[in-house]
Amino acid sequence: MSEPNEHAHHIVGPGVYVAILFALLIGTALTVWASFIDLGPWNPIIALAIATSKATLVVLFFMGVKYSSKLTKLTVFAGIFTFMILISLTLADYISRAWGSW
Amino acid sequence: MPDNPVTSQGASGAAKHAGSADNADILHAGHPPYLRHHFNSTEQQADTANFAMWLFLLTEVMFFGGLFTAYLIYRNWYYPAFVAGSHQLNVVWGTTNTFVLILSSFTMAMGVWCAETRRRKGLVLCLTLTFILGLCFLGIKTIEYREKIEMHHVPGFHYSLQSFLDPASNPEVFKEYHDQPLALDMARHTEIYFSLYFLMTGMHALHMIIGIGILAFMIFRARSGAYTAGHVTFVENFGLYWHFVDIVWIYLFALLYLISRHQ
Repeated sequence: MSEPNEHAHHIVGPGVYVAILFALLIGTALTVWASFIDLGPWNPIIALAIATSKATLVVLFFMGVKYSSKLTKLTVFAGIFTFMILISLTLADYISRAWGSW
Repeated sequence: MPDNPVTSQGASGAAKHAGSADNADILHAGHPPYLRHHFNSTEQQADTANFAMWLFLLTEVMFFGGLFTAYLIYRNWYYPAFVAGSHQLNVVWGTTNTFVLILSSFTMAMGVWCAETRRRKGLVLCLTLTFILGLCFLGIKTIEYREKIEMHHVPGFHYSLQSFLDPASNPEVFKEYHDQPLALDMARHTEIYFSLYFLMTGMHALHMIIGIGILAFMIFRARSGAYTAGHVTFVENFGLYWHFVDIVWIYLFALLYLISRHQ
């Protein structure tokens, strides 16, 4: 039984968790600080970029996807990809439906 | 399959079906007692549980994703109303709650590590800290909801447009944002902002309440060593759930509190 999904269970240690904790705390401080500066259209973009970086850290390390089986990695990626299709096509419809009629 | 538990299980399987023994040691000879008989190995069992948990979390992504999409579309439509509504939120409480939730995710991750390395006391401590931090989050959320109730910003019969028709009437918010008064039709759309605010934070809080309930159950079981004897699937899968709820809040915090401060 040595199929690729038969992996030894990887245990993530406290060192990694502490490092991620500090990265998340710094990310939170950074996003609040950035919200106090007027950056025009860049405010939402920066806030969402920082939120996505934080979420990525949580998924990869706290949720252990970085150390998990290919099946889990594929599942997570497929789910997020499907969600991105749904949200971007929906928003594209709302942006472009009245195109040229203003 | 030379050293597969299944092959060495024939004898105990026979004993089981003969009904000659209800002794768990004989019944589960050759493999850990928590290995279900329809799995080949503990690894396969753990992978299956992990896969199933992720499938459940993907349905949750779609559920919250629908709310986020509705929020983005309505924000585009009624932009001034959503900006004015967002200014009524307290960034200090929002930031505090973000820190609380990130800390609770960390204590939960440490709890999973304690279970995996069979540290019973450490696990109970981590789960208890996660439990307390979860309650802190809900406490702060209650303070914020209470503020909204007092200001009549809860959608419904008692909803008040005063903060939006006459922003100066609310000096604390006004001195920070200097909002212009909204026209009556746009001011009415702030109710949509608060409907989505309560829907999204409320669904998030419901997930927290369910999580805290499961945590209490886990603390009770962890004290007698239930998760520190090798079978850690329940703790790991609950960890995934708790981190997912954390991620939802990370986005809620950015979208509800932060992105409209200068508009």
